[in-house]
Amino acid sequence: MRTNTKLFIVAGLLVGLALALFLSPFASSSPDGLEKVAAEERFDGTMRDHDTADSPLADYGVEGVGNEKLGTALAGLIGVLLTFGVGLGLFAGMRVLGGKPNAPPGRSAGSEPAGAPS
Amino acid sequence: MHVPDGFFDASTSVGAGVVTAGTLAVCLKKASDELNDRVAPLAGLTAAFIFALQMLNFPVASGTSGHLLGGALAAVLVGPWAGTLCVALVLLVQGLLFADGGLTAYGLNVLLIAIIPAFVGYALFRAIRLLRPATSRAVVGASGIAAFVSVPVAAAVFAILYGIGGAVDLSFGAVLGAMVGVHALVGIGEALITAAVVSAVVSVRPDLVYGATDLQRPYADLTPSSTAPAAS
Repeated sequence: MRTNTKLFIVAGLLVGLALALFLSPFASSSPDGLEKVAAEERFDGTMRDHDTADSPLADYGVEGVGNEKLGTALAGLIGVLLTFGVGLGLFAGMRVLGGKPNAPPGRSAGSEPAGAPS
Repeated sequence: MHVPDGFFDASTSVGAGVVTAGTLAVCLKKASDELNDRVAPLAGLTAAFIFALQMLNFPVASGTSGHLLGGALAAVLVGPWAGTLCVALVLLVQGLLFADGGLTAYGLNVLLIAIIPAFVGYALFRAIRLLRPATSRAVVGASGIAAFVSVPVAAAVFAILYGIGGAVDLSFGAVLGAMVGVHALVGIGEALITAAVVSAVVSVRPDLVYGATDLQRPYADLTPSSTAPAAS
């Protein structure tokens, strides 16, 4: 990968982190479109509590951080870094596993060796 | 528009899950074919950026907010296959760690927030680009329009699915009208954010934008010509 592209990725990640850190605490906390419609049309009553409602990051906060704005900022920071890390792993892994036309010996799941007896 | 648990009956959730799983499998295959050393980190960045942007709820009407879905943006940046995977990954992180989007509704959410916006958005983006000259302005404009349309389309699909398997018996027309109405407004924000991000990336590195690979590239040396005569 060219240095230039690396620089672009790092710069892009920094912008994403800045958005999460400095803008997300000031995002609108009004119900979103679906929540609003569900309340107006009265179909929000069947909503169940989230299975991970007691996650330390539930509802974009950080458990133990009292200041709501700070909690949102930190949750955003963690989320962006985590998504970047998992995404990098996923796409790099896909490239290694799926990018090659000829499967290496000990074929991986999902590859289709044409006519090979199983 | 993250769907929580309990909005849909089990068969609709499972049905959407099956459609989503099949689509994601195709996306994994197709995206793998297209990935190279350049695109892989870019896709990771796209996912992270959409996570950040989805946190930025903007007001759309009194007491109502909206946030980016990101499917159209991801599709323009890294292609519809990898783009769908980016948003599906964001939804997975949100559902598992941030209690946003029900886990039993994961299939529905990927369908509504990743698959439909990415493919509807990208199809529209391509169609508009065919009609306009190959300029970065056209790329930015087409991505904005595609993003705008993708949101009410996803809202309409929600209404259709709710008519099929919603937990409460409601007038289909009422849900459709309310969903499309408010999400047309959300779509304006989606269009502005998408156009802004695409514009920024196109102005710096147009060669990195999947939907702009036909533009003149300052880094043309990166993609060896596939039309080079091959000695057989």
